[in-house]
Amino acid sequence: MTALLTLRDVWVEFGDKIVLEKINLDVAAGSFVSIVGPSGAGKSSLLRLVLGQEAPTRGTISLDGAVLPPECGPDRGVVFQRYSVFPHLTALQNTVFGLECAQSPLLARLFGRARRAAQDEATAMLEAVGLADALHLYPAQMSGGMQQRLAIAQALLKRPRILLLDEPFGALDPGIRADMHVLIRRLWREHALTVIMVTHDIREAFSLGTRVLALDKRRHDPHAPHRYGATVVYDLPLRPREDAPPMQDGAQEEQQATPQKVAV
Amino acid sequence: MRWVNRHMRRNDRMIAGAVPILALLVLYLVMAAQRHALNPGDKILPLPDAMARGLSALLFQADPLSGHFLFWTDTFASLERLGLGLALATLSALVAGLVLGVLPPVRATLGPLVTGIAVIPPIALLPVLFIALGLGETAKVALIVVGIAPPMIRDLTDYVASLPREQIIKAQTLGASSWQIMIRVALPQAMPRLIQAVRLALGPAWVFLISAEAIASDTGLGYRIFLVRRYLSMDVIIPYVAWIALLAIVMDFALAQASRRLFPWAHGASH
Ligand SMILES: Nc1ncnc2c1ncn2[C@@H]1O[C@H](COP(=O)(O)OP(=O)(O)OP(=O)(O)O)[C@@H](O)[C@H]1O
Ligand SMILES: [Mg+2]
Repeated sequence: MTALLTLRDVWVEFGDKIVLEKINLDVAAGSFVSIVGPSGAGKSSLLRLVLGQEAPTRGTISLDGAVLPPECGPDRGVVFQRYSVFPHLTALQNTVFGLECAQSPLLARLFGRARRAAQDEATAMLEAVGLADALHLYPAQMSGGMQQRLAIAQALLKRPRILLLDEPFGALDPGIRADMHVLIRRLWREHALTVIMVTHDIREAFSLGTRVLALDKRRHDPHAPHRYGATVVYDLPLRPREDAPPMQDGAQEEQQATPQKVAV
Repeated sequence: MRWVNRHMRRNDRMIAGAVPILALLVLYLVMAAQRHALNPGDKILPLPDAMARGLSALLFQADPLSGHFLFWTDTFASLERLGLGLALATLSALVAGLVLGVLPPVRATLGPLVTGIAVIPPIALLPVLFIALGLGETAKVALIVVGIAPPMIRDLTDYVASLPREQIIKAQTLGASSWQIMIRVALPQAMPRLIQAVRLALGPAWVFLISAEAIASDTGLGYRIFLVRRYLSMDVIIPYVAWIALLAIVMDFALAQASRRLFPWAHGASH
């Protein structure tokens, strides 16, 4: 099993505040990694590192063996909790945008046959996420769940090596959330995705993930809480990709996996 | 019922809005009539018939010296200056706002300069403009541009820079370059804000136009008002001021409508 994404001795500090310390991580291609942890533990910070939005203070991050530049690129897709879609574009335009950027550097617009081809590809992707009837709606006319579906379609059309999700379903109500779980699970299988998902929902973390990471501070100085950063305190492999069970029985999986405290 | 909850129906709103305006008109007429009862030759508060006479001379009779119908040449001269000034200011605000808003190094380099220029009272620059550009049209248009462009640039820069970071990140993960982010993500979202900025700049733009015309001009609405002031011609000044107000209201309304039509996504769910 070769690692797609590797973090070696990664630290993140803001001034004298240490947010993440000594993160060592290998993410295999095709895995679905859930990250949980208390608020402020640095889950989003970790995701921003992988995304390239921020550079680590120390340590290296490599994707496919090459060190990541500290800049976002189309090899890593992302869905945030909010603001992941462009409010001035319809669903179809939002989705076509990624293709336009790649094929038309100067205008970022396509015309004629190229445009129709791109629209067909985007429409197929929107159908796959269940937005076939919403092609021409603006985000403001869509529900929260529809917007997140759109954000996922947008990201998947670029065929990213790795898909990063930061509490993607956190703002959705439980019914919609269950639908989204089915969707992301299906897309993960069909597109052979590698996913890293931050979530506050432990059930969600265990039912979707093939591996669950818990991020927290290992040491705590009550007088100077900023002196110690969070790191991976639990690393639970749940199941290999092949025998990923159907959705509803995710909760039982928890008992089978034996929590192993990771050695420092 | 609390006052914050007392929403009025459309018709009631129109009536309520018309009441103070009508009241003011009636007040004026009563005061003017009183003054004329005492002194039939009063020029300070002219009655409507005097205003109609004063205005019709400028509207329908060619000026014996130039052969022009002065009301219309004044209007066109002023609108041309105002339009040019607004167009140049809007264009520079759009370009500068986008570049400064999207590219942090440019913002760091030019932001303080824009702020510095914006705090100079534009009227204080008027002599400089007249000396540098002469007393012609250029200086008047330049005053409008210098007066309204810096605040518009600052407003648009701040707006573009405060677009959600997530959007800019998302665009990059979709493969967008700085340029593509500028024209496809920032530009369209800046447009409604730009129109808003133009609407807010209309007031100052008129101020700078009238000032420039008052000081050095031989035509224009502002020039005429300041010219006839010497003869206490309130019968011309008041209709001119009303005409300027009407023009300003029409422009403001047209811009608001254009924004609604062109950028429905920016105006709530009503599309
Ligand atoms: N730019 C920054 N400057 C200073 N501190 C920061 C910065 N960004 C994040 N932090 C700090 O890093 C810590 C981790 O933040 P982060 O957003 O990664 O937490 P999180 O685990 O995602 O929390 P949540 O579950 O609430 O989203 C927080 O204590 C935050 O104050
Ligand atoms: Mg977070």
